[in-house]
Amino acid sequence: MLTEGAEGRKAHEVNDMFALDPITKKAVNVTRRSTYPSNFLQQQHSNPELPASLGHVETRSYQFAFPPNELTLESGEKLGPITVAYETYGELNSDRSNAILILHALTGDAHAAGFHKGEDKPGWWDDMIGPGKAFDTRKYFVVCSNILGGCMGTTGPCSVNPKTGKRYGLDFPLITISDMVRVQKHLLDHLGIDRLLSVAGGSMGGMQALEWLASYPDRLKSAIIIATAAKHSAQQIALNEVGRQAIMADPYWKEGNYYAGHLPAKGLAVARMVGHITYMSETSMGEKFGRRLKDNGKEHKFSIDFEVQDYLHSRGNNFVKRFDANSYLYITKAIDSFDVSRGKPLQHAFKGIKAKALVLAFKSDWLYPASQSLEIVRACKLAGIETTYCEIDSTYGHDAFLLEIEEESHLVKHFLQNVSSDPEETSESEVVVYEI
Amino acid sequence: MRSESYPLEQRVFLDWIKPKASVLDLGCGDGELLALLVRERKIKAQGIEIDEQAIYKCVARGLSVFHQDIDNGLSEYADKSFDYVVLNQSFQQVKKPDIVLTEALRVSEKVIISFPNFAHYRARVQLCFKGRTPITSSLPYEWHDTPNLHFLSILDFVQYCKNRNITIKKSYFAGKNRSVKIFPNLFALTGTFLISKK
Repeated sequence: MLTEGAEGRKAHEVNDMFALDPITKKAVNVTRRSTYPSNFLQQQHSNPELPASLGHVETRSYQFAFPPNELTLESGEKLGPITVAYETYGELNSDRSNAILILHALTGDAHAAGFHKGEDKPGWWDDMIGPGKAFDTRKYFVVCSNILGGCMGTTGPCSVNPKTGKRYGLDFPLITISDMVRVQKHLLDHLGIDRLLSVAGGSMGGMQALEWLASYPDRLKSAIIIATAAKHSAQQIALNEVGRQAIMADPYWKEGNYYAGHLPAKGLAVARMVGHITYMSETSMGEKFGRRLKDNGKEHKFSIDFEVQDYLHSRGNNFVKRFDANSYLYITKAIDSFDVSRGKPLQHAFKGIKAKALVLAFKSDWLYPASQSLEIVRACKLAGIETTYCEIDSTYGHDAFLLEIEEESHLVKHFLQNVSSDPEETSESEVVVYEI
Repeated sequence: MRSESYPLEQRVFLDWIKPKASVLDLGCGDGELLALLVRERKIKAQGIEIDEQAIYKCVARGLSVFHQDIDNGLSEYADKSFDYVVLNQSFQQVKKPDIVLTEALRVSEKVIISFPNFAHYRARVQLCFKGRTPITSSLPYEWHDTPNLHFLSILDFVQYCKNRNITIKKSYFAGKNRSVKIFPNLFALTGTFLISKK
């Protein structure tokens, strides 16, 4: 049996999944537990073939929008050339009908599953993507790319501006969720995928899935929309604002022009700490840390007293090593300004859509509460979209979308089966009306 | 396949629901009936169900289902959004049957409603002679552990429809293994009605 201390450490590691920090698969399995009381899913998956890993995977990149054919952003500004970092898993079938686009959250990347050479941590959604898993790579061709404005290989504020030879910094144009989606569309064109079997994502990934659904309904058969909102509430904008202000208050931020010297590490760490608080629930924090003390050797009166403080500090400090502060500003602003229906009633954005939707929320998620998912579901009902909605009972808070694998896998697996067995619907343009 | 090979409770839905209709099942449970109707009648199905466990089963059957309370899950639908609304053994479990039925009759012209008959003779015997809260095959729960919130008889429902200007277009009464033709309020375990607004 684990000692309390060891359990505490393991629990930290589970949350690292969100932070994409080093984690062994074993640690995740030790601490993961289903909050699900009944045994239906266990019966369903009692003797599962042990899902195999994808093994080694590589991030590739694609460049487009070379001048003079730059991409025109939603703001009207032009950006180019654009590099997109992406990974693919599985094989595209002969009629190119089995492709699924995975959409990552705020601090995610293209590395969704499998292992990079020489690394012992898998991609951020490895529990869901792979042979025999929810996104079964024996059946489906899975694509995941880093978002526009990110700092994990796709063009963003820390990329070099070809016009100046220096990093963009705040010269990088403001971007939107819709711009991210358009970049993904270019990548799919490049990969020769006209129509996706599905798009899937949680949190900001869910926003991209909504944008896909509303903007390119003819290019997808279904959308999987997890723990997200059609637009941010005042509370969500406020929380992001605290993060941005923390970064900009850091003297090393220097109007975004810090790449040659000190990084605004303190500011970015505070932003990440706020983020982590919102990703957990009162219950999951209580279970993980309670009021357990942390003996760190007192440096001063306000040094760390509690384990939870230590946890936030280490999350914050790790984050700084892998994420760009300017990207954090640009991406959170894109999230805050997102409104899939552009101020109109949501059902108008979904009108006439033939794709099916799976909408998932988690009971203890207070960052993206179920009420926001229900708003999406209501609009789906009004627009006549065939929709499945489930509020999964979980105590993990917003993190649940990365942790409640059993429930999510069951729903996603069957939903995708249903979508892929669906005969191609006849589009209205193909219906010939004879007038006599 | 002909409907005769199915249990009585399901047969009536197969007989009444037209092929390729759109059907909203309120309180669809594990989706058995909806899946049957999809298979045999090629209906366009949508379920609403409050129990998370049941949602997983519905999804495994390939159904679209909302994890919601049917007491307030209908307001978004436009008038006459469906060909049929089904309330199969769920009507007696909702908090506000009045509102649910009014809403059901708004979103669909035809509502099929099936509920356990509280006035079945076995129930009457248990209440009248034994002084016990009745337990029958259609009302199988103990008083302290029942999902049922309302207890109604077939006559109650007929009177209810009369008072609210609801037309009963078809009715079907089932006993244990056969349909009931005479004195349904005494001999039927469940009553199933196809109703419409006048």
